[in-house]
Amino acid sequence: MKTRRDFLKTSGLLIASVGALSLSNDEIYTLAAQASGPYVDPDYLQLDSWIVIRPDNTATFFVGKTDLGQGTGTAFRQIMSDELDIAFDKTTCVMGSTNVTVDQGGSGGSDALQTDGYPMRRVAAEARRVLLDMAAVHFGVPVTSLTVSDGIVTVRGATPPRTVTYGELIGGKKFSVTLTGRNVDATTGVAKLKPVQEMKHVGKSPQRDDIPRKVDGSGKWAVDAKVPGMVHARNVKPPVAGATLVSVDESSVRSLPGFVRVVRKGNYLAVVCEREEQAIKAATQLKAEWRKPTSAPFPAASEFFGYLRTTQPAMSQPPAVTGDVEAAFASAAKVVEADYDIPFQGHTSIGPAHAMADPSNNQLTIYSNDMKSYGLRNGVARFLNIPREQVRVVWMDGPQAYGRTAADDAGFEAAFLAHEIGKPVRVQWSRAEETAWDTKGPAYAIKMRGAFDAAGNLIALDYDARAADHNHLGYNEFDTVLIAQLTGQRKQEPASGRASYPTDSYHVDNRRSTGSVVPLPLAWETPLRMGNLRDPDGPQVTFAVESFIDELAAAAKADPVEFRLKLLQARTSDDSGFKRARSIACVKAAAEKFGWDRRPSPKGGGTGNVVAGRGIAYAYRSQTVVAEIAEVEVNRTTGRIWVKRLVCAHDCGLVVNPVALTRTIENGILHGVSRSIFEEVAFDNEKVTAVDWITSPTLTHADIPERIDVVLVNGDPNPNRPDLPHYGAGETMLKPTMAAIANAVFDATGVRLRRVPFRAPRVLAALKA
Amino acid sequence: MASFTLLVNGKRQTVDVDPSTPLLYVLRNDLDLSGPRFGCGLGQCGACTVLIKGEAVRSCVRTVQQAQNVEITTLEGLAKDGTLHPVQQAWIDEQVPACGYCQNGQILTAKALLDKNPHPTDAQIRDAMKGVLCRCMTYYGINAAVKRAAKVTA
Repeated sequence: MKTRRDFLKTSGLLIASVGALSLSNDEIYTLAAQASGPYVDPDYLQLDSWIVIRPDNTATFFVGKTDLGQGTGTAFRQIMSDELDIAFDKTTCVMGSTNVTVDQGGSGGSDALQTDGYPMRRVAAEARRVLLDMAAVHFGVPVTSLTVSDGIVTVRGATPPRTVTYGELIGGKKFSVTLTGRNVDATTGVAKLKPVQEMKHVGKSPQRDDIPRKVDGSGKWAVDAKVPGMVHARNVKPPVAGATLVSVDESSVRSLPGFVRVVRKGNYLAVVCEREEQAIKAATQLKAEWRKPTSAPFPAASEFFGYLRTTQPAMSQPPAVTGDVEAAFASAAKVVEADYDIPFQGHTSIGPAHAMADPSNNQLTIYSNDMKSYGLRNGVARFLNIPREQVRVVWMDGPQAYGRTAADDAGFEAAFLAHEIGKPVRVQWSRAEETAWDTKGPAYAIKMRGAFDAAGNLIALDYDARAADHNHLGYNEFDTVLIAQLTGQRKQEPASGRASYPTDSYHVDNRRSTGSVVPLPLAWETPLRMGNLRDPDGPQVTFAVESFIDELAAAAKADPVEFRLKLLQARTSDDSGFKRARSIACVKAAAEKFGWDRRPSPKGGGTGNVVAGRGIAYAYRSQTVVAEIAEVEVNRTTGRIWVKRLVCAHDCGLVVNPVALTRTIENGILHGVSRSIFEEVAFDNEKVTAVDWITSPTLTHADIPERIDVVLVNGDPNPNRPDLPHYGAGETMLKPTMAAIANAVFDATGVRLRRVPFRAPRVLAALKA
Repeated sequence: MASFTLLVNGKRQTVDVDPSTPLLYVLRNDLDLSGPRFGCGLGQCGACTVLIKGEAVRSCVRTVQQAQNVEITTLEGLAKDGTLHPVQQAWIDEQVPACGYCQNGQILTAKALLDKNPHPTDAQIRDAMKGVLCRCMTYYGINAAVKRAAKVTA
């Protein structure tokens, strides 16, 4: 039986031959072929599962998260190098492969540093403590007389100098130290964490270690995984949602060169060929007869928001209420109302779904970019009804995830096909398949109401959301992924879904949030299936709330920044994370960086063809706060909006790598720009009609702002506390962008855009209305 | 199946495939070059870009037959004698990639631009780069890296 220990021995051999610093995910891929099962879970209660130190004083950290291109692997090296007291450039980080790294859930919810950063710091601190104890024995002095820097332990004040390296103390040997903790997040030794003030790698910006291989072409990605005897599969999707596969004419492809097999189970249909281009051709040519469903699976996009507003919800959530909203509205001197529509938006990943599965040696190895590789492993074992010790996922680089691979269809399909035909199978979806059938961010229709008293004070704020988020998919569940639906192995009852509520810190005496979930007629085997798209509901909710706050400011003839600050400062109480204080700090920082001119919107007076304006919006997610200001130009003849400048004030607590964080924020707010101006899932009443980059437009380089300013704020009123937390930073920046742009368009034109996306024809129609 | 000789990254190589096979799959699956990637198969996104006679070309819509005996450069062929091309170095200096899947097309398209126009204006950069899609939206970093590379190569 080969265990993790054997694996490390194997990797030790490799390290000896090609250099100590090269143990990376690429090597894990190379080594994967050598490690046969069963695949035992690395034990989170063993220090050796997390850190290996070699004789040359280098270290590798084993982290059960996945870096999707935000630099979390580099950040883990920074925080762990600091706690271990080893030179940053003598470390590597291996992530996400299920038999190599402890199950920390992979990635999701931007929790890598926020949640998992702490156990990783604690195990590194514990390794440092154990090594100092070893050094004390080595020198025969008390631990208190030792100092350590860059992995070199020194006896304080000794002449001649007495030093020993970590590598000399433990290199090639095991720690054999047992940790404690009721679950993986609670993993700890007995060592204490360093105060932030003593960290020297945290707060610097070493270059991300994943970037060179992405730039020189040397990286091995999940799309590149290949093993001898591998064949290629392509799916044939139902032509319309809910179609039943009546018959397949295999003779239509049997004579094609390289043909291997047609695989059919229920409504799942795939064709397998020896070469990739052969499989693509065969999938196009395969004749199959499908029966359309007897009733429409969903209304067409043009009818959709009417449907969402008038259809009986499947579920109504308990309201969140403070004060007496109805009484406040009854007594109001002025009431403002508005409706906001946010359509379905897709992931439309640049790289369609893919995976390769190898069934050799009666095991199943899946080479995958799944952000939740551990969930894929567990889900596949259950789906195929095989012991999970036979299954492992080798995690590799992959295209833009942002939630798409949380329901990893291709991973399950490759595993199913490999299991079915007994050969290694690589599968990749077509562009049309990915764009039409990927998981979607749910559509929302939101009604906002606000009430002012006679003195012009905002006395009530009412939020009511209808979310098309029925049957929101879970994480790699064996009974909800698409192949489980198509093969008839799905669960009976759809998930109830959810309608999210605002999470801002505005104080209004009477405030209510209500929400309900409206189902589409067809819950299963449909391309309109809801999943996690980068803060799954945040942009929708924030578009409505932050647009409406702006409408209220305009109704009160108040400056939009001052109006927000007044609502944020209406109370002094705060939560333990200083959410209110940090919200105020971000709004002020954004306004200052932008050079905000205090005045009510709209600006007025613009008479030219192109008019300019600015708008602010603010949002909050899981302790991370952002405020964004957009400066836009609106072409009144064409309806084109150009976001000329963006300012983002961002507070995610302790910043580990400012350069990597800044890039992540820039990219995220541009994703927000793309979703604001371009992105919407097109569909008729039987299928998604968005199938490529023409029918599913996206932001391109042509339309990027000429300037983006990211201000890293730390609005913590107690910045000296030793435990200054590091929060997540992968999603919050996306939330306010839609509203910031809509508010800027209002400032420029006096016209309010309440329907996303702000494509030119829609803007033009609004300008002319 | 038929035999085709390709000149890729300075090396002449022969493959035996169907004449209609897109160059992309030959590069990836027969020649083990993973720089060019499948993104759409329609010539719309640029992930599969290679340089043919200095032009940025979409290898997913060019057949192997059309690619014979012309000089093909992939991302793997940009570095010379172990030194990255200035465009690649600028990509590292500016910390451009997020997931990185599209960056092959971004880098090769930028190189083709700078070879023809060593001092592009911002408008020329936007125009030259607009056809290469990035769904992580790294465009702002890409724009800075193209300008940085232009300074270095000037």
